[in-house]
Amino acid sequence: MIETIFSRPESLREVSTHYCPGCTHGITHRLIAEVLDELGLRERTVGVAPVGCAVLAYNYFNCDFAEAAHGRAPAMATGIKRCRPNLIVFTYQGDGDLASIGTAEIFHAANRGEKFTVIFVNNAIYGMTGGQMAPTTMPNQKATTCPFGRDVETAGYPVRVCEVLSKITTPSYIARVTAAVPKEIPRAKDALRKAFQYQAENRCFSLVEFVSTCPTNWGMNPLKACEWAVSDMMPYYPLGEFKTPDDPLPAGLNLIEGDE
Amino acid sequence: MPMIKVHKETCKGCELCIHACPQEILVMSKVLNKKGYFYAMVEDPGRCIGCAMCALTCPDVAIEVGVQGTRYVLYEY
Repeated sequence: MIETIFSRPESLREVSTHYCPGCTHGITHRLIAEVLDELGLRERTVGVAPVGCAVLAYNYFNCDFAEAAHGRAPAMATGIKRCRPNLIVFTYQGDGDLASIGTAEIFHAANRGEKFTVIFVNNAIYGMTGGQMAPTTMPNQKATTCPFGRDVETAGYPVRVCEVLSKITTPSYIARVTAAVPKEIPRAKDALRKAFQYQAENRCFSLVEFVSTCPTNWGMNPLKACEWAVSDMMPYYPLGEFKTPDDPLPAGLNLIEGDE
Repeated sequence: MPMIKVHKETCKGCELCIHACPQEILVMSKVLNKKGYFYAMVEDPGRCIGCAMCALTCPDVAIEVGVQGTRYVLYEY
């Protein structure tokens, strides 16, 4: 009698993904599906797919999905969540989608404290379009639009979304995790579970950033890509929780008291 | 006794599980699957400790972990 202790979660369809071999998108998908199963949220979950490598994510999840215009997934999620507050809404966005064209949407969704979850996959490059420079590309990293490496004089330094959004006063849950290191995957799942739990309790906006790999466009094999993510990306993108809703509000706020 | 099963048609041959396995019991096959990839396979099933690290790192959920008898929980997941 063999007892299965690890198999495909119910929220993930039995289809093969279109992702390249070794791409950590697959791990991220599986973690989300496992968390939805564990918390029992699948029946009332709506995902919002981005434009990017994960544009076909609606084929892989066994829950309702909507497809947003490029970068506008937080705006669409805001609409869904405000119309149907009992639904669990999450967006799944890459760095070209969230950190570049969708900066205004994500910033103001976080500032308004919209109660949905954002999964942000940061692989330091535009994957689907063929490896162009993204706002999160590392200095001196080669891409098709910066063949000599990213020049910080003309392109600036990489955007650190978690650090930027954690400076907003509105309470939220902001964490950065990775799926490129096997031992970090349970921690990544913990962060995702917290993010969805805060949403289920209707407490705050939550964002989980995944430091991911892109073996194809980085021009490495999957293992080398994971090692590069650890050696070159993680010093600049440190892992951890940046903000929780239990953090005290900054001093100096003139809040009106006794109105409850 | 723990055991793992690799679905050879789902595997894309990225080799991440081979480097994640602390017992080093996974190897790449010498033949191709239907997609045209060399797939991962278990070389020495008797040494599997059921840590599920291979299944955790598999981006295509090609690995199933089963256990017969006593199950050791090595970490919280």
